[in-house]
Amino acid sequence: MQKNNTKIRALTGGYAVAEAWRQIQPDVMAVYPITPQTTIIETYAKMKADGLVATEIVQVESEHSAMSATIGACAAGARAVTASSSQGILYMAETLPVVSGLGLPIVMSVSSRALSAPLNIHGEHGDVMAVRDLGWVQIFAEQVQDAYDDTIIALKLAEEINAPVMPIMDGFHTSHTTERIEILDDEVVKKFVGERKVQQSLTDFENPTTFGTLALQNTFFEFKIDQEKVMQKAKAAYKKICGEFFKISGRKYEMFETYHLEDATSVIVIMGATGGTAKDVVDKLRQQGKKVGLLSVKLFRPFPYEEIGQALSHISRIAVLDRAISFGAYPPLYQDIVSSLYHSSSRKPDLASYIYGLGGRDTMQKDIEKVFQDLEDGEIDNKVKYLV
Amino acid sequence: MNKDLTKKFSSGHATCAGCGIPAIVRTVLGATDKPVIVSNATGCLEVTTTIYPATSWKVPYIHSVFGNAAATAAGIDAAQKALEKSGKLKNPAKIIAFGGDGGTYDIGLQALSGALERGHDFLYVCYDNEGYMNTGGQRSGATPYGANTETAPVGSQSFGKTQQRKDMMEIVKAHGIKYLAQANVAYLPDLKRKAQKALNTPGPSFLLVLQPCTQIWKFPTSEYVNIGKLATETNFWPLFEISAQGGSALGGEDYKYEINHIPKQIKPIEEFLKTQGRFKHLFKEKNLEVIKEIQKTVDENFEKLAKRAQIS
Repeated sequence: MQKNNTKIRALTGGYAVAEAWRQIQPDVMAVYPITPQTTIIETYAKMKADGLVATEIVQVESEHSAMSATIGACAAGARAVTASSSQGILYMAETLPVVSGLGLPIVMSVSSRALSAPLNIHGEHGDVMAVRDLGWVQIFAEQVQDAYDDTIIALKLAEEINAPVMPIMDGFHTSHTTERIEILDDEVVKKFVGERKVQQSLTDFENPTTFGTLALQNTFFEFKIDQEKVMQKAKAAYKKICGEFFKISGRKYEMFETYHLEDATSVIVIMGATGGTAKDVVDKLRQQGKKVGLLSVKLFRPFPYEEIGQALSHISRIAVLDRAISFGAYPPLYQDIVSSLYHSSSRKPDLASYIYGLGGRDTMQKDIEKVFQDLEDGEIDNKVKYLV
Repeated sequence: MNKDLTKKFSSGHATCAGCGIPAIVRTVLGATDKPVIVSNATGCLEVTTTIYPATSWKVPYIHSVFGNAAATAAGIDAAQKALEKSGKLKNPAKIIAFGGDGGTYDIGLQALSGALERGHDFLYVCYDNEGYMNTGGQRSGATPYGANTETAPVGSQSFGKTQQRKDMMEIVKAHGIKYLAQANVAYLPDLKRKAQKALNTPGPSFLLVLQPCTQIWKFPTSEYVNIGKLATETNFWPLFEISAQGGSALGGEDYKYEINHIPKQIKPIEEFLKTQGRFKHLFKEKNLEVIKEIQKTVDENFEKLAKRAQIS
């Protein structure tokens, strides 16, 4: 393990992500401001103003152009990144499947936030859930340390599989919260991410490539099947890169984290910042002798159905907590957990669905305790409940 | 086909018979010996030249979506600058964005405006066929007053489009770029000279090129050059250029307007209108006033342009 020059800092999630970008030094960053992503891009702009980074920063006039310029830069052979939130992600949504369709290794740092109307600038996962089917890898951070580490892992993953990656932190709860984190040595990060190996580029004038063709009924379908194959490869690549990252950092990431799952009877499945609160509750209830546990999903797309199904196969009561609403349907994480269990286990656990934290609503320990209490009391049915 | 013409853009593309877009593309691409990278908006040019697994493009080419040709070009510009700085790119390309009028006047206007304002080093070429022709002929911000389109159709209560075209040249000029010109596919030597000038201008430059559409304007496929000429000979589409005589890297000032072709005798607008099915209804008794209105606008616009050309 190589941890010689690790620095301990107290940083917000936004700053930590900018710090990871400083160490990576992408060639191009095209960005448009939106709360709560601004802490990333303002910090990075200051780093540029102070001569700490050489990145060409393009201050575009919209998120649509932010992703469009990032596409142009990446296709031209540059290491190109962006960052966004909420309305911004939906404004650029038209271009997101273009990135994955062209196989461009773009990383977009996301501070997730609610969608209007009514207007709300605070954290939830509604924005990233709205774009979850567009061929982007999605990785959720629980805390500031993850937000920093995920950025480095995401870049390497994107360039290994030639697909775009969205490392996601909860807006405000992580992006604006100061926590103790360990920063790797600049040289260690530089060596870890290496140089981008460009396969086809607009700046290869000897071998001109046409990017973004028109594919008709006879070929389009195969393009989409190929894209799905890339997504399936992403799981193994993520595991491999997390293994390599462990060697330089001592921090171990997996597709999902389990916490006191082995002998648990009641389990909460969650994703993102509130996983931390839930762990504290598990600790507290365990002290009272209760057999509770937690599964926190890190890799949301591609979703590790089989692995999660296996991990939950012995649990009899499960509550899935979603920080997003899917109008007229069960919430997104819940749907994926149902699919995981259906295909991986012949047992049918009691399953409950909860929605929490919309529009930045605080989720307190007592709310999580209430969920565990419901599970214990057998207050489980097929209705979606709200932790309001 | 002439090997020189197909050096960067091959034959065998799928544009309609009698379409001038390939002539515009070849003329612009032929105006430089440097490498070029093309960014293309969704539209006629894109769908007819990139049908997988074939491509007509012998130069690096990217199509992303409808409204982002200029933003994509901006990203390529940033990438070239970064790669040059890090020593990975020795001979950067000229970046040329192509869009139709829909992708330029309408859905791509914001991206174009941003890219012009930021001063990226690229040439934006709008081939203006005055409507959404790739989707079957709907009205755009470039469709002329009185034209019959699928979404502003002629009926007992309608003579077609009731609004004037946007003044795209003045909109672009207002960004303070150093060179922009209005051209016409029927005058290729003029277009070539303007493309050369644009490509030699540092920062952004803009060409607005009239492209008569045989399908939607409704005229015989042999006629696009003749109809293009009539557009200029009636002053409906004057050939002119605007160049900054002063300014800095941040933008131009002291603009000079030059009209590049003064017809010996200016023809009445009817000469242009009567050649096309999209204006056929205007020649009915009840619509003759519309023709008068069009003539009036053509005269006023040309007068404005002539004044600007003289003043400067």
